[in-house]
Amino acid sequence: MPRNFAQLRSQVEGALAGRVAAPFEYRERRATENTSTGIDEIDLLTGGFPRGALTEIFGPACSGRTSLLVSALGMRTAQAEACALIDACDAFDPCQAEAAGVELKQLLWVRCRNINHALRATDLLLQGGGFSFVCLDLSDVPRKTVRQLPLDAWFRFRRAVENTQTILVIIEQEPNAKTCASLVLKLEGGLVHWSTAQPREISEARTGDFAWPSFVRLLDGLDVHAGVVRSRINPVSRMEFREGRISSATSGSSNSLETIFRANAMPWRFTDARVEPKLGSFEG
Amino acid sequence: MAFASIYVPDFILQAVLCAEPALRGRAVALWDGTPPLRSVVAVNDSATQAGIEIGMTEPQAAQFCGVEKRNRSRTCEESLHIALLQMGRTISPRIEDTTLDTIVLDLTGLHRFWGSQEKIARELARRAAELGLAVNVAIAANIDVALHAARGFPGITFIPRGEESKRLGRLPVRTLSPSVEILETLERWGVSRCEELAALPVLQLSERLGQEGVRLHELARGASVRSLVLAESEMRFEEEIELEDAVEELEPLAFLLGRLLDQLCVRLQAHALAAAAIHLRLTLGDAFEKEPPIRGEAPAAEAPKNYEKTMRLPVPMRDSKLLLNLLRLQLQADPPQATIRKIALAAEAARHRAAQNGLFRRNSIDPEKLELIIARLANLVGSLNVGSPETMDTHRPGAFRMKRFAPTPNEMKFRRKTGHTIAAANRKAEDEPKLRRATVALRNFRPEWLAKIELREERPLHISFRGMRGRIVAASGPWRTAGDWWQEEAWHHDEWDIYIRFDSGALFLERDLPGEVQDGLYRIYYDGLRRSWFVRGRYD
Repeated sequence: MPRNFAQLRSQVEGALAGRVAAPFEYRERRATENTSTGIDEIDLLTGGFPRGALTEIFGPACSGRTSLLVSALGMRTAQAEACALIDACDAFDPCQAEAAGVELKQLLWVRCRNINHALRATDLLLQGGGFSFVCLDLSDVPRKTVRQLPLDAWFRFRRAVENTQTILVIIEQEPNAKTCASLVLKLEGGLVHWSTAQPREISEARTGDFAWPSFVRLLDGLDVHAGVVRSRINPVSRMEFREGRISSATSGSSNSLETIFRANAMPWRFTDARVEPKLGSFEG
Repeated sequence: MAFASIYVPDFILQAVLCAEPALRGRAVALWDGTPPLRSVVAVNDSATQAGIEIGMTEPQAAQFCGVEKRNRSRTCEESLHIALLQMGRTISPRIEDTTLDTIVLDLTGLHRFWGSQEKIARELARRAAELGLAVNVAIAANIDVALHAARGFPGITFIPRGEESKRLGRLPVRTLSPSVEILETLERWGVSRCEELAALPVLQLSERLGQEGVRLHELARGASVRSLVLAESEMRFEEEIELEDAVEELEPLAFLLGRLLDQLCVRLQAHALAAAAIHLRLTLGDAFEKEPPIRGEAPAAEAPKNYEKTMRLPVPMRDSKLLLNLLRLQLQADPPQATIRKIALAAEAARHRAAQNGLFRRNSIDPEKLELIIARLANLVGSLNVGSPETMDTHRPGAFRMKRFAPTPNEMKFRRKTGHTIAAANRKAEDEPKLRRATVALRNFRPEWLAKIELREERPLHISFRGMRGRIVAASGPWRTAGDWWQEEAWHHDEWDIYIRFDSGALFLERDLPGEVQDGLYRIYYDGLRRSWFVRGRYD
């Protein structure tokens, strides 16, 4: 039995010799490089997605998680960075993503049918390295299934991206990575905006036998409430990121930060020559 | 002028040893012919010490234990010969394909590039050793002198000009490859060495043996004159192996493939080339047993005799381990359904990739490693489920196809003079206003969910799908799209964007029952051709 702290320390160091270089040496956390999410409000709130760390985005359905993912993909692929999306439920829509600015050529899309495939694919991609942005999309996987994942999977993911330039984002319905996540972002759906055309404009649109209804409604967008649940991003780097955007940036505290952004609907219908509006809309 | 000759002693034996390196250092005997007249045609020293001799019949040779016995393999010999020619071409462009086991190289003018003749000879021996061959190399000013010296003297031999007769004199006459009749005649005369043949008077020799005798006399003196017969340049990178015992499992097959790939990559490397594609051809034997067809069912189709697979690579590669891993993954995904009797591998040669990384460029993915990752992913989720999506030139909703993932490397250059850092450059690029808008993304349900809709005045009021019923509180539509009516895959959709409030949605959220059915914005459509409603996806 060691008699004092020095002996105990040397005993532990001896036991770990060859495996851990300096077990008692404090390792300073490396300053993380943050990258834009593609949405100003989220950038101002979080400082962007950190490289070499795990970011967790959670929320219920229709909470803007995929919108945030598509924005981030658009931003990263626009800079010719290689991105990977592990889609646990094969739900990604490449047509809409391309319209939203995602360079599909830069995106590796892995369409999985179950969560085990998704986890193994994530392991392969992270261990292989070289990807700038890796997203594991578990949005539609039941909470119970994700909850039952072994905790070491999150540690493994975090360890795999540590000291790399990879941004690892996990999207799910509730947070599961716990302390492995450097940034945990909670999203909630807000108001749904519908735009209604004015009757005067409609009346001018009469063509032949077709009469427009009294009003026409379009999906205009969706408000998304975002809040930071946990953030280990260095406040200094967050402030640096904000530099030039707003002068009175929020202070460096990581809790109780919230924002609202609006995800706009794609104005694709009227740009498509073959799409023909048939009837109007209604309020239920 | 100088010529180098390379001779592979025990060529047929070395061809088998190259294909099966595990046999090196063991007693090996090869037999040839059709049973029951098979006889031993080649043995190595260990087998000779064990007592096996060339010409023994199969039953005689079978009595010797501890000696590996193999069939002579002409495919291996052909592969080895091609490899030998290609190895020679890496040193000299002018080359003669003399026989299967011998080639001659013209060394004229090569000293400026390769250095002295000694260096060239050592380089030839080294490159042959890389192929797994032990060869004799001889350099002389005369083609035939170099040829016979290589066949007669082991290792590396130099014969200076003027010493040809003296050096060749010690060789036996059979080295000159005379006909059997002439050899017997010479033996009757007591002529067994080249110097004895060279000492005979030419005129009398001509009277007794004819022109063949004169030619042998010239060869024995090292005085023959002839030109090099240049071999046509043929860049074929192929390896074949015929198996005595059919292989049934992938693991031993991978072992053999690895050996062939090693040989291919060495040959490609010798030409500073790499493989742009690998063609695998397996000759199949007996098909694996399957369950007999149920009565009334058609009998199974006859099993194919060959199994072929082509592996196209995104960038030329010559890492044999990596290529083996890729092949293994492909074979695991689609294994042959019969035993394997013969393996043939061919590589499409291409220039090797040369890349220069920049100090200020973010590291991109190594294409070779990426190919391996994608192959593993394809093995995991299926090859059609991995890749880059590509939208198609159609208005059909959600139409896309998957293609090979080939990202463009990051070519952003950062100017140091202006003091731009990577972060600043990133920030500058990210500040472009056109990318700052968030758009509502749609999550597709594949396949679409069948739904039931209650309509009032052609407007949806209630919806039920996957056992849930909800009220449509707001809707936009219908937006009609139609197309491809002239084809079988026509479509006719009336789309709606709707907000659904499920009857007990809040309860379900709390209790985490069916996680996928929750209140929210959905896109539904009425399929005019199938006359049904479907839920295409959910906005998120």
